[in-house]
Amino acid sequence: MPHTAIADQPDESHHPTKFIWKYIWSQDHKVIAIQYAVTAIFVGLIALVLSGLMRLQLGFPNTFSFIDPSAYIQFVTMHGMIMVIYLLTALFLGGFGNYLIPLMIGARDMVFPFLNMLSYWVYLLSVIVLLASFFVPGGPTGAGWTLYPPQAILQGTPGADWGILLMLLSLAIFIVAFTMGGLNYVTTVLQARAKGMTLMRMPLSIWGIFVATILGLLAFPALLVSAIMMLFDKLIGTSFFMPALVSMGEQLDYSGGSPILFQHLFWFFGHPEVYIVALPAFGMVSDVIATHARKNIFGYRQMVWAIVAIGGLSFIVWAHHMYVSGMNPYFGFFFATTTLIIAVPTAIKVYNWVLTLWKGNIHLTTAMLFAIGFIFTFTHGGLTGLFLGNVVVDLPLSDTYFVVAHFHMVMGVSPIMVLFAAIYHWFPKITGKHLHKGMGNAHFWVTFLGTYAVYLPMHYLGFLGVPRRYYAMGDTDFIPDSAQTLNASITVAALIVGLAQLIFIFNLLHSLRKGKPAGANPWGATTLEWQTEHTPPRHGNWGTHLPEVHRWAYDYSVPNAKDDFIPQNVADQDVVMVAVPETAPLDVSQQAIDLGPGEPS
Amino acid sequence: MDKSAEQQASTGISSLVDDWSSDKQTFDMPWGKLMMWIFLLSDTFIFSVFLTAYMSVRMTTTADWPPTSEVFALVIAGQHVPLLLIAIMTFILITSSGTMAMAVNYAYQGKPQRAAKLMLLTALLGASFVGMQAFEWSKLIVDEGIRPWGNPFGAEQFGASFFLITGFHGMHVSVGVIYLAVIANRLRKGFYTDKGYHIVEITGLYWHFVDLVWVFIFAFFYLW
Ligand code: HEM
Ligand SMILES: [Cu+2]
Repeated sequence: MPHTAIADQPDESHHPTKFIWKYIWSQDHKVIAIQYAVTAIFVGLIALVLSGLMRLQLGFPNTFSFIDPSAYIQFVTMHGMIMVIYLLTALFLGGFGNYLIPLMIGARDMVFPFLNMLSYWVYLLSVIVLLASFFVPGGPTGAGWTLYPPQAILQGTPGADWGILLMLLSLAIFIVAFTMGGLNYVTTVLQARAKGMTLMRMPLSIWGIFVATILGLLAFPALLVSAIMMLFDKLIGTSFFMPALVSMGEQLDYSGGSPILFQHLFWFFGHPEVYIVALPAFGMVSDVIATHARKNIFGYRQMVWAIVAIGGLSFIVWAHHMYVSGMNPYFGFFFATTTLIIAVPTAIKVYNWVLTLWKGNIHLTTAMLFAIGFIFTFTHGGLTGLFLGNVVVDLPLSDTYFVVAHFHMVMGVSPIMVLFAAIYHWFPKITGKHLHKGMGNAHFWVTFLGTYAVYLPMHYLGFLGVPRRYYAMGDTDFIPDSAQTLNASITVAALIVGLAQLIFIFNLLHSLRKGKPAGANPWGATTLEWQTEHTPPRHGNWGTHLPEVHRWAYDYSVPNAKDDFIPQNVADQDVVMVAVPETAPLDVSQQAIDLGPGEPS
Repeated sequence: MDKSAEQQASTGISSLVDDWSSDKQTFDMPWGKLMMWIFLLSDTFIFSVFLTAYMSVRMTTTADWPPTSEVFALVIAGQHVPLLLIAIMTFILITSSGTMAMAVNYAYQGKPQRAAKLMLLTALLGASFVGMQAFEWSKLIVDEGIRPWGNPFGAEQFGASFFLITGFHGMHVSVGVIYLAVIANRLRKGFYTDKGYHIVEITGLYWHFVDLVWVFIFAFFYLW
């Protein structure tokens, strides 16, 4: 028995007309997606400014009097937390998840639009609570984004009174928001697909978002529980995470708790969190690459299973963040092994992206540039991960700039690269306008090269032993003066990269009003979101009839087909073929003649 | 579509995969029900983390764990009766699962009034569970001096984890009571006559889950 609601019944979804119902209290997944995206980009810019301030201090110590050691560590904490949770998680799942899932699987909306709307408003609340901590006495918490107790809630750590409370509260609220959205995404993918859209025909973007959402639903509980327990420790004096200790000469009332327990709980969430932002990126970049290389993705099934395998494995590697916590060497051995195993499906994905590009008809659109940039940054970040996954190599490198460089390459820059690729790729569908290509290219090259100027030297600083989360290096025997020169140059590069983002923001605003009209399917893409009747798609997405799906998402450059792409909703008998002369059978390489519409320059 | 041919040809694992990935719907159930299942899976992780954390602090804490069989005992006519109250509470909650199952059954038979009555009975049993829990809490707090931040018997993590976890569960039960009451009321008024009675089953899923979790909490706190 089919259970349907708005998916099959266009008349049931009434179309709101008043401005506030259409754009503010909207239940349309596309509007909610944009609300999520705008909010996330806004907080992301705050985090970017914070990173600029940190770099100023590191590059030119003692020049900026308003950055004292407390402020510095507060910036570090807020920067890290905002980037990971409030920007990346929210933008990938709340933003792109919301926008793409119903459109790509051929549904009219999420299965529970009201809950979806609520999800955004609760997310906004969590952002407000988070930002409020900048204005409370003592400022935001300076516990580091990992929030390790006991120091997170003890005097001496900045923001130990109010900042940490607001941080924990905000995280709990965020998790509620995520859960409301996440339940929707998973149920929609499982139950509301268009006719013919089997799971194994779904675009990889959807696979990535889908598995990442499941990871979120299973990993955030650990963060929620540890946040609640830490709130109790702070507010009513329980000792879940607090051992007996002397602080500032005073014996505190805590006794018998386990700080290591918090580390386990945090990383049981924290490692899957890496993949919560990485898997949607993997998926989306696959679609961008296939579309702009006019080739089917190499090894679609492998790609799907790799996503699923990585998702599963990501729950049994968490303690590789805790090699220095004094754990039993056998555990270290176990977690090092699982960590290296997870590299296998990940490497398969990288090979498959490269093989998709191989002999493809590559269109160097801005989206494609960012996608290729991602392959570089991700490979570099992944390779340093292999070093850090091994206990003996990690011990000396732990908590140095090598780690900072590693995680920025792999989970900072790489997902951001995909986000940019995705924005350049889908902006024409979302707004009906093209982003300006010249500005896009400038944005890409400065960001990509700048990334290397910032992070490559950091690996070297890490080898020298420069520690992470330090306000200034001070005088040591082992760090040469030249390290400071390097730091200054990193700062200059970071500021340039930061400023380059203004080009991007300007491009967004400018193109929104003056961009070239894009048409329904400017890239000649196969997936359903490009086949809508209207661009941007209207409320309900599909007019009177839902699309019917006849093929997988990657029919690019099919031999003998007239166009170099066949949309998913075109039936076999409707595909226009070219006449093949009997005497000269075409081989695939001759088919590589570009028939697809290119990007207007 | 060539789907049917494909399905016939495939066997074992691959037919399982085919079934699961068939178009439109992976599971033959209403959206709301699947969503409840997924939510409960997520909630299972929350409770598992709570209980794992409890076991972990219990094993690592430096002081002795309080003698639970004494702490939890009721004193009746000068006799320590261990596990009495908790046995009654557990019995009530499990009974309420039974009445809930009957409600679901009646709803699907098209007898909403009976179903509504049984749901209200379920809610009542749930409310009495919460009431007894409040009684137990007050006994532990007032009579025995157990606090989240310490107690006279030993490791302070005992009070902390007990109040936190049973409190979190009690909150689930209370929410369930309200949820049951709201749905029962709508059921009585004929709100679901056209829509179908899946909602009763969905509510039931939540309720059974809360009961099941209690069995674990019971085992880990009272029997260990
Ligand atoms: C222009 C871009 C960026 C710059 C210049 C930058 C710079 C920095 C700096 C200077 C630190 C502090 C290092 C320390 O003192 O230990 C830091 C920490 C961190 N950053 Fe970034 N960052 C950038 C982008 C990102 C992005 C996109 C992410 C998203 C994942 C991210 C995540 C983090 C995290 C998780 C930390 C660790 C915070 C902590 O130690 O508690 N960063 N970043
Ligand atoms: Cu990890």
